[in-house]
Amino acid sequence: MNISLVSVICYLLGIAALVGLNAVILVWLERKVAGHMQFRYGPMEVGPHGILQTLADGIKLVSKQLLIPDNADKPLFLLAPIVSLVPIFAAMIPIPFTETIQVWELNIGLLLIIALGLLNTLGILLAGWGSNNKYALLGGSRAVAQILAYKIPLLICIMTIIMMSGSYSLRDIALAQKDGWNILYQPVLFIVYIIAITLETNRSPFDFSEAESELVAGFHTEYSGMGFSLFFLAEYSYMLIAAALASILFLGGWQGPFLPGLAWTLIKTYGIICLMMWFRWTFPRVRIDQMLSFGWKVLLPISLINFLITAGVLAL
Amino acid sequence: MMECCKIKEVLNGFLSLLTGMKITLGNMFIKPQTVQWPRQEAPLPARFRGHIMMLANDATGFPMCIACTSCARNCPSQCITVTGKKPEGAKRKMTNKFELDFTKCSLCGLCVEVCPVNALDFSRDYALASYTHHDFNRMNLLESLDSPFTAN
Repeated sequence: MNISLVSVICYLLGIAALVGLNAVILVWLERKVAGHMQFRYGPMEVGPHGILQTLADGIKLVSKQLLIPDNADKPLFLLAPIVSLVPIFAAMIPIPFTETIQVWELNIGLLLIIALGLLNTLGILLAGWGSNNKYALLGGSRAVAQILAYKIPLLICIMTIIMMSGSYSLRDIALAQKDGWNILYQPVLFIVYIIAITLETNRSPFDFSEAESELVAGFHTEYSGMGFSLFFLAEYSYMLIAAALASILFLGGWQGPFLPGLAWTLIKTYGIICLMMWFRWTFPRVRIDQMLSFGWKVLLPISLINFLITAGVLAL
Repeated sequence: MMECCKIKEVLNGFLSLLTGMKITLGNMFIKPQTVQWPRQEAPLPARFRGHIMMLANDATGFPMCIACTSCARNCPSQCITVTGKKPEGAKRKMTNKFELDFTKCSLCGLCVEVCPVNALDFSRDYALASYTHHDFNRMNLLESLDSPFTAN
């Protein structure tokens, strides 16, 4: 195993570009989707059809002052957005975008992504705790409260897939679906997975830790300027990771007819992201107790039953 | 039995979510209602009431107003000032000053209704904005028309 400094720098630059570009496009896309679902155009002014709007917003955010509340826990307050964003750089290592475009083939790649995905919650909790704001604290504690309700069904989903393909490596999982995508064998599991990642990325209808109508802006109430935009960047990057994971686990990753591998990866990943946007602008937010009982009483039994049936079928 | 109802509830809920998603997807393909002001004009209703304006006589281009001051006297807000005199060689009086105080006008339309020669009408001019009320408290409605007095 020899890793040169040059390749590390190339990787960091590449991921930084991917994260930035992804956020720029997704924020624009989100606003466009929201607009058109409500008979509006969305951003139209900066660039053709407002494509450069996010860039203009980004410049505005960079130029803003980073306010720190008087009695905030300053180190935690400043650390929280970084804790939220940095794991993304590591979590993208084992994702195979095509058969050849992959930073590093890890035999436990899936576990790494799941583990690093949890750090996002830590960042949210730090932000909520460090802000010295009751709304932020409520948002942060909600993020922690909901974690078990979605992580266990999510992990059972992933376990089922691992069981079917017999490997923790994302590349092997994708290659195992050469003859038929997992979604064909596990449609219910796919739905459970999509619900779980909607929860994981804190998006409506499960955006409890932000919950504008209840908690002002939840955990990032006190953040301004770049602190706020780092959280934003993190949210959209986690969406990208979760959607890329979904495309590899259920839709066969880069494999598909006619088009090259990278195109298929992008189509599948952004298709799932569009699905999540579609959810956001269709469903109203549920209450936190409804979501918790849904997680424990519906998602968990469904995924467990599915797991047991799959295990039984595989054993036969 | 309870479990059966529970499962049915979950399935029904899931179907209702799909219905909602169908509706929002349908919305995506309906043309947005937004008017891209100022590059597009907003469609005005046929009887839109802008500030009042003077109508010109098609033949001469002069205002049709005969300066009878009915409009000024009927105005509940007293926002119209009109004076007139006879141009040389003419039989009837014509207006030489018609000012509207648009800051007071309530667009009730009594002046338009009462005008005996139908010289007044509502304009369709709605893009009115200024930094000072002085732009609107003495609007000269004769500005855009030919005048029989300055011509001589």
